[in-house]
Amino acid sequence: MENQSCVNIQTEWDIVAARQLGRNVAKELGFGIVDQARITTAISELARNIFIYANKGRVRIEKIYDKGHAGLRIVAIDNGPGINDIRLAMEDGYSTSGGLGAGLPGVKRLMDEFDIVSSKGKGTEIVATKWIR
Amino acid sequence: MRIPILKLYDCLLVSIQWELDDQTALQFQEDLLHKIHEIGASGVVIDITSIDFIDSFIAKVLGDVISMSKLMGAKVVITGIQPAVAITLIELGISLNDVMTSLDLEKGLEKLQQELGE
Repeated sequence: MENQSCVNIQTEWDIVAARQLGRNVAKELGFGIVDQARITTAISELARNIFIYANKGRVRIEKIYDKGHAGLRIVAIDNGPGINDIRLAMEDGYSTSGGLGAGLPGVKRLMDEFDIVSSKGKGTEIVATKWIR
Repeated sequence: MRIPILKLYDCLLVSIQWELDDQTALQFQEDLLHKIHEIGASGVVIDITSIDFIDSFIAKVLGDVISMSKLMGAKVVITGIQPAVAITLIELGISLNDVMTSLDLEKGLEKLQQELGE
């Protein structure tokens, strides 16, 4: 099986497809039930952000290996408007869309590693990784 | 596919059996409020034993439908939240503070009876 797979996000159905893909890969890698839920939730949040803020983009799920450890990496990429103030976007309860504002800081807590690069007018790339303990 | 809503005396019983997409969640919100109105329900139990994750969107829809039901005079109890769901919800930053919950359907119905003073 390929070590990475990708879902294009254009409709809300693609959000479902992305998280189902992520859950299957997480299961395959041997993540426990709680980590599977964390990964599924994180993918759902990231895919929804793409759908809401950038209209379209893609979510890539990668199996990664480092020093004998296996992990799952989510890469969420869009060419949308970018995030104005990343520090503000990473604050709990902050939302520009009337949502719960749990998105990005929540994803950071659910995953082990979290990285975000965004430039205004060009888009956003978020990379989040979970390792098998 | 629509989520079935069953009448049980003056209460409604809902068991969510599959992963919720956005459309199904919003349709359920509307269906439940209509059903509360139709039968004059005073209580609702929503069982989510089969749900293995809740993201912020589904949490918002659930929280909203509980507030809306309350406006219509119906009390809602959520039952069957799985350990993985409880863990991810809190880590995500969602506490659903004002929501009545019970471990399982049986305890949920008991709680509802108490709340409704019967």
